[in-house]
Amino acid sequence: MPTRRAVGTNVLRKDGAEKVTGRARYLDDLRFPNLLHGRTIRSTIPAGEIAGIRCQFDPKGFTSVDYRDISGRNVVALIEEDQPCLAERAVRHVAEPVMLLAHADRDRLAEASVEIDYRPATPNYDPEASTLSFKRIAIDKGNVERGLAEADRVIQGEYRVGHQEQLYIEPNGVIAVPDGSRAVTVYGSMQCPYYVHRALKVLLGFTDDQVRVVQTETGGGFGGKEEYPSMIAGHAALLALKAGRPVKLVYDRVEDLLATTKRHPAIIRHRTGVKRDGRLTAIDIDAVFDGGAYATLSAVVLSRGLIHATGPYRCDHVRIRGRAMMTNTPPNGAFRGFGAPQTQFAAEVHIDRIADELKLDPVRVREINAFRPGDVTATGQTLGADCSALAVLREAVKRTNFRKKRRALKGTGRGIGLSLFFHGSGFTGSGEVKLASRASLALTERGARILVASTEIGQGTRTMLAQIAADTLGVPYDAIGVNEADTSAVPDSGPTVASRTCMIVGRLVQQAAADLKNRLGPLTPTQYLRKHGPLTVTAQYQKPGDIAWDDVTYRGDAYESYGWACDVVEVSVDPVTWQVTPTAFTTVHEIGRAIHPGLARGQIEGGSAQGIGYAILEEVVMRDGRMANNQLTNYIIPTTLDTPNLDVVLIENPYPRGPFGAKGVGEMPIDGPAPAVVNAIRHAGVDVREIPATPEKIMAACASR
Amino acid sequence: MRFTLNGKRADVRAHPMARLLDVLREDCHLTGTKEGCGEGECGACTVLIDGLPVNSCLVPFAQVKGARVTTIEGLGGKHPLQQTFVEHGGAQCGICTPGMILAAVALGPKPSLADMQSGLAGNLCRCTGYSAIYRSIRAASGHATERVKARTTSRLVSKPDVVRTFRSALGKRRKR
Amino acid sequence: MRRDEESLMPLAGCTDVYVSLNFGTLKQTRFMNLWRLKELRGVDRRDGRLRIGALTTYTELIRSPLVTRTLPMLVAAARQIGGRQIQHRGTIGGNVANASPAGDTLPVLAVADAMVELASAKGTREVPFTSFYTGYRQTLARADELITAFYIPPLSGTQWFRKVGTRAAQAISKVVVAGIAGDAPRLAAGSIAPTVVRLIRTEAALAAGQTIDAAQRVMLEEIAPIDDIRSTAEYRRRVAANLVEQFCRETKTRR
Repeated sequence: MPTRRAVGTNVLRKDGAEKVTGRARYLDDLRFPNLLHGRTIRSTIPAGEIAGIRCQFDPKGFTSVDYRDISGRNVVALIEEDQPCLAERAVRHVAEPVMLLAHADRDRLAEASVEIDYRPATPNYDPEASTLSFKRIAIDKGNVERGLAEADRVIQGEYRVGHQEQLYIEPNGVIAVPDGSRAVTVYGSMQCPYYVHRALKVLLGFTDDQVRVVQTETGGGFGGKEEYPSMIAGHAALLALKAGRPVKLVYDRVEDLLATTKRHPAIIRHRTGVKRDGRLTAIDIDAVFDGGAYATLSAVVLSRGLIHATGPYRCDHVRIRGRAMMTNTPPNGAFRGFGAPQTQFAAEVHIDRIADELKLDPVRVREINAFRPGDVTATGQTLGADCSALAVLREAVKRTNFRKKRRALKGTGRGIGLSLFFHGSGFTGSGEVKLASRASLALTERGARILVASTEIGQGTRTMLAQIAADTLGVPYDAIGVNEADTSAVPDSGPTVASRTCMIVGRLVQQAAADLKNRLGPLTPTQYLRKHGPLTVTAQYQKPGDIAWDDVTYRGDAYESYGWACDVVEVSVDPVTWQVTPTAFTTVHEIGRAIHPGLARGQIEGGSAQGIGYAILEEVVMRDGRMANNQLTNYIIPTTLDTPNLDVVLIENPYPRGPFGAKGVGEMPIDGPAPAVVNAIRHAGVDVREIPATPEKIMAACASR
Repeated sequence: MRFTLNGKRADVRAHPMARLLDVLREDCHLTGTKEGCGEGECGACTVLIDGLPVNSCLVPFAQVKGARVTTIEGLGGKHPLQQTFVEHGGAQCGICTPGMILAAVALGPKPSLADMQSGLAGNLCRCTGYSAIYRSIRAASGHATERVKARTTSRLVSKPDVVRTFRSALGKRRKR
Repeated sequence: MRRDEESLMPLAGCTDVYVSLNFGTLKQTRFMNLWRLKELRGVDRRDGRLRIGALTTYTELIRSPLVTRTLPMLVAAARQIGGRQIQHRGTIGGNVANASPAGDTLPVLAVADAMVELASAKGTREVPFTSFYTGYRQTLARADELITAFYIPPLSGTQWFRKVGTRAAQAISKVVVAGIAGDAPRLAAGSIAPTVVRLIRTEAALAAGQTIDAAQRVMLEEIAPIDDIRSTAEYRRRVAANLVEQFCRETKTRR
């Protein structure tokens, strides 16, 4: 049995001292000799063709790169290969990268004038009018028409969610360092070094050994640095290889907001059959996601979104249809939650409306329909003892005195609302099998060194993995080191996304540590090293035997396990300005086990604040296919004064297959706040079905009453 | 141009209209001060000038002549906030942390929640939701960490009795 | 406003102008650094008027007992500008010189009937603040003039201020209103027209005893809000009307 000394306690962050003293080195802090600065020349039109490019500057000292300089394939390799690294002729969105420049002098670089002549085409910004779909998914259970026929009432609703910007405080940035003409190292702010590694191999036509990717200390990611770094890294590498010198390419906030990925907007329609007593007889959902100009991760965002689309409710008859469509806007991509915040917004606002229509208590309707262990999901997955929907609901309702408040606040211009939600840990279905992640542990004098590609982006990866390794190996937490995420040194542990780092990679680290401990036998690490020499063990992902998923029919066990949560929010709506102020926030989360309670709470608090921003503050204003408010003055995230006190309750329900019982926690917190806020606004008397629920929208909703 | 930097006399040659942020990071090689937006919105570039927190991305170098400038490096790693931000989760990704700590230094001793909220409104954090930052500051002030607001303290429920209650609740309700 | 390339651009706290400079949207190469000019700082009484030096920062306004006592609506405005970092550097002179229609101190100065002191090599003059703006970001200051101070005459009546921004702090206003209650109430609004507007006809309606409804209708004719990336004309109209009502209700002016 592993001894428990670090797991479950708030050990000090591995990187804490560096961060509070200013010693932590983020990408822009790095210096290289002979460095050039890079700049991206981007399309200014949303659709059309490039007729010509006119460079109107003295070329002395400049390195210029366009698509013709690409030695491999001109794609940003991801799931599809539809996105060029540099536009050749076709332009599909504003800010599409066309050309790259580098120069040692930043002022000369900024002043260089490049004019692009276009043959414009008519852009389409409407995903429902689009004829190009990146992905279509159908999920069926039972017979939805039969379920609708059984219903006493059928209740319909349409819900809309807008873009959201990840707004990591450190913008995207990389430095590419060439080694001759056939090798390159890229340092950068990123979540997935091996994604970048693969993309560079394809772009440059290089082999594994010719590309090295090193993650630098990263100032926030939230999904915004999952796939985008492959693009910026490709640009920097092209410049560096052509110039024969290191190139630093960093975006300022204006460029980052304009050009990089955002959360997919979506339109989600529900048609629900219900019995008079509140039981759901049929769930029929249609969802349209706006993918932007290229596929990037739309297929998987759609997938996760649709799998969570019913909300945490059982129903015998379910039909879910979804499509991710192309529009002439900058491609959308990963952002914490990855489709689930969108679809669960709709599900949770809809079920409150169902409760209203049936004149039932919104808690009661949820209690009747919430998943219990043994229930079967829309994809045919039977939920196990790790299903805690009712427990989190009941705890939240009790703790906040929800029912009493609900009666007391009625008609006061204030409201209280709740949301019940869930979130699968790890990659969908067979995703983890395909990733075949590996984690290694190298024996050191005192203990061990963790070698994984999982990145620290603030959530506490280094700390949490070290806790798991320490307790399994039976050494102090301080005896465990964590290697840089450097592809030349660490195996591919898969991307740092999808709430998988603790449950999947943590489990691998646990396995490797157990293996290491076994091999040590009675010897101490020092004794072993002296006797046998160096030792590194590697654990590789094995699919738990009873998990089965069919990618074609979209049936089976979508996720190994789910987290469960319930948010309760109180708001006041100002009658003079229609501004919504969240005045109280409680969330109850069941995540199996908290390896580090402080870090888990940090994820929940941070994700909740982002969810509040999603609900009422954060609006991407698109004009003619571009983000018009691409400055921090005008894209607003919550400040201290916009964020209520965040009351967090963690319920532990150890998941047997998780390391020390842990499941994922990174994404789930952002799924719940928006519908809880909108349900509270509804309770305060205003029916909005779209977020962000800005004061202007609240005013319009009041006017149309 | 002469000024005092982290308690020591400094004489730095840079363009008078260069941003103080750039002079600190590039000419003085102090990269602890960060750029998050370049427009005075995020506060990641916060430094103290004569004890007052300002956005160094908005200060022309000429205007610090003769002034006392303090960056995160100037705290020497010894300020109590630098300990409590680690202990209480005030730093996650860390990019806002140098600016946040300096702004917190300027709050003075024992700030109330309202003091912290208004005093830090110019420092954006995307990771923490601010709660852990308040806890970190209160811990450095010698406050108990959980009394940010009496009624709504966060509570980690990992006590066995709650787990047992929860499990038995499930057990009792296994039937529909 | 000094937009002439050859002229000198005066720099105070730089919280507005420096952003455009660094983003390259404002091309200027010659600057005049005012930051250390002590004569332009400070708050005191001169001949029965409150004198506020142009270089007085928002923090200095907030901390000034004299301003708190005699012009509390200016303190209210200063507290809601940016966050601490901006307040320690931004100046009232800069807010006025920047001439944005959304400047938060502007309705306060308008409603206080402030005088703007302009100085040049040729001498000093005073102009009424309510005449200072001649158009969108245009002032009647000459190219060689500097704003050196504001003079506030004695005021009576409860002062009122409300800024409606995009969020609770660090926000640009969507509508901003300052008012002084009394038998001859005064109201001014920002972010609802190309310049700050002293709502003269609305004031007259209130002073004449008209209902709040009637005053709101008059007010709507005095403003010309637009749709922009932060808000809509319709929202601004309706919130401005609501703020007139709130002012009246809270200061007990009219029913």
